[in-house]
Amino acid sequence: MQKITRDVLVSKAISLLEDGNVSHVLGWRKGEFDYDITPSVFSEKEDIENNFVWNDFCGANFSKYLVQKTRKLEGKILVFLKPCDTYSFNQLLTEHRFDRDNVYAVGIPCEGMADISKVKKICGEGISSIDFDGDNILVNTVYEDAPIVIDAKSVLSERCINCKSKKHVAFDELIGEEGEIIESGRFDEVEKLEKMTPDERFEFWQSELSKCIRCNACRDVCPACTCEKCVFDNPKSGVENKAPANSFEEKMFHIIRAFHVAGRCTDCGECSRVCPQDIPLHLLNRKFIKDIDNFYGEYQAGAEVGSRAPLVDYTTEDVEPSDIFEGRNG
Amino acid sequence: MQVNEYKPLIVAFCCNWCSYAGADLAGNNRLNYPADVKIIRVPCSCRVNPTFILRAFQKGADGVILCGCHPGDCHYTSGNYYTRRRMSLLFSMLDYLGIERERTRVEWVSAAEGAKFAATMNDFAEKVVALGKNKRLEDLRCKK
Ligand code: SF4
Ligand code: SF4
Ligand code: FES
Repeated sequence: MQKITRDVLVSKAISLLEDGNVSHVLGWRKGEFDYDITPSVFSEKEDIENNFVWNDFCGANFSKYLVQKTRKLEGKILVFLKPCDTYSFNQLLTEHRFDRDNVYAVGIPCEGMADISKVKKICGEGISSIDFDGDNILVNTVYEDAPIVIDAKSVLSERCINCKSKKHVAFDELIGEEGEIIESGRFDEVEKLEKMTPDERFEFWQSELSKCIRCNACRDVCPACTCEKCVFDNPKSGVENKAPANSFEEKMFHIIRAFHVAGRCTDCGECSRVCPQDIPLHLLNRKFIKDIDNFYGEYQAGAEVGSRAPLVDYTTEDVEPSDIFEGRNG
Repeated sequence: MQVNEYKPLIVAFCCNWCSYAGADLAGNNRLNYPADVKIIRVPCSCRVNPTFILRAFQKGADGVILCGCHPGDCHYTSGNYYTRRRMSLLFSMLDYLGIERERTRVEWVSAAEGAKFAATMNDFAEKVVALGKNKRLEDLRCKK
């Protein structure tokens, strides 16, 4: 369903590499299955020609990889950025996490990425290969002779349904047409939860968070989480690992994870994408974003390099913690 | 006074320069406030990061209150302005997860406000007693 073709990206990468403008390319590579596309570094033309992938499963946001890769690799790195990735890119620059001079950023348009969980709900397990045909995804399984045809629109991932921007906020070069910032319904679900009673909310989160296996993937993937030492890895923290059915530990982890990125989270949606348990982590991040917008004025992390995050800022007129619930029931 | 079996455990983080002195004054003036309020002195209210609040609940607190200098009076000029933003967001998140609102509070108490300190603690303790034991943020591993 992507409008821009793989060939365009492949030839862009190869020409930049051959001209010596960049020495490495951050791109997507086929993983074990057709749907688990893996972020990868390419340095050879043949490798790019044979293994570079661009399709509806290329959800991975490369911004965070730049932190380590710019330190380890010699020369410039070409990175492909979808619109939402550019916000993370800017946010990392704001936090001085990598050197802009070491990166060549190519903005590419995105029509929305597919959610493999939604695909599997339709076709079940046993996917042997995936092909694309116009707006359709063709899924071959070990159980069926003919491919199962799925309309790509019907399996869009949540973050793409509620996409906030088709506009790139950072790039050196843009491929395709520039899009616009979108008024999305991304806070609707948060509002629904806010309207519930506390008991209902507790129940909702208890059932969601108890699924967490503390794989820490949500933390690891998050472009706003780039500390080199993390409280959740500290064996003395008491919350370093999954305690079987310990509801406190789950809540602690999730509150702190989301709080730590509050004001810096760009709502890129990577955390919800990688969660193997399909926990709607975006509902925690967006709650913070919504509150920040309400209490301190609208703020989009990563929209501009150098903007001051709301939690490292203040005004003398800020709302008091005792007044935040005024005019709100539940 | 009504005899109540259940005694809540309350943790009060107090900044060194105002609220801790306020608590001292309350003591010197022999003002009553519940003995189950455990005070933890911090250099400034903004020393308290959200983990501290959660950790207090984990270790068995039924209510956690954070006291600092009045806005504008922080010994470090602006510490409590950061506290204010942080705690507004944290408390809102706790509420969003269905945790009772009355279990957390921020109150500004100056060194001269011994009476306010005692009144605040009495009022807070009363609210926490009404809620009963902290179940939603308890960690069974930490139970003695
Ligand atoms: S918390 Fe999730 S949505 Fe926010 S920046 Fe991190 S991965 Fe992206
Ligand atoms: S990715 Fe999902 S399962 Fe893993 S730690 Fe995060 S919320 Fe838990
Ligand atoms: S010193 Fe009291 S709040 Fe900062």
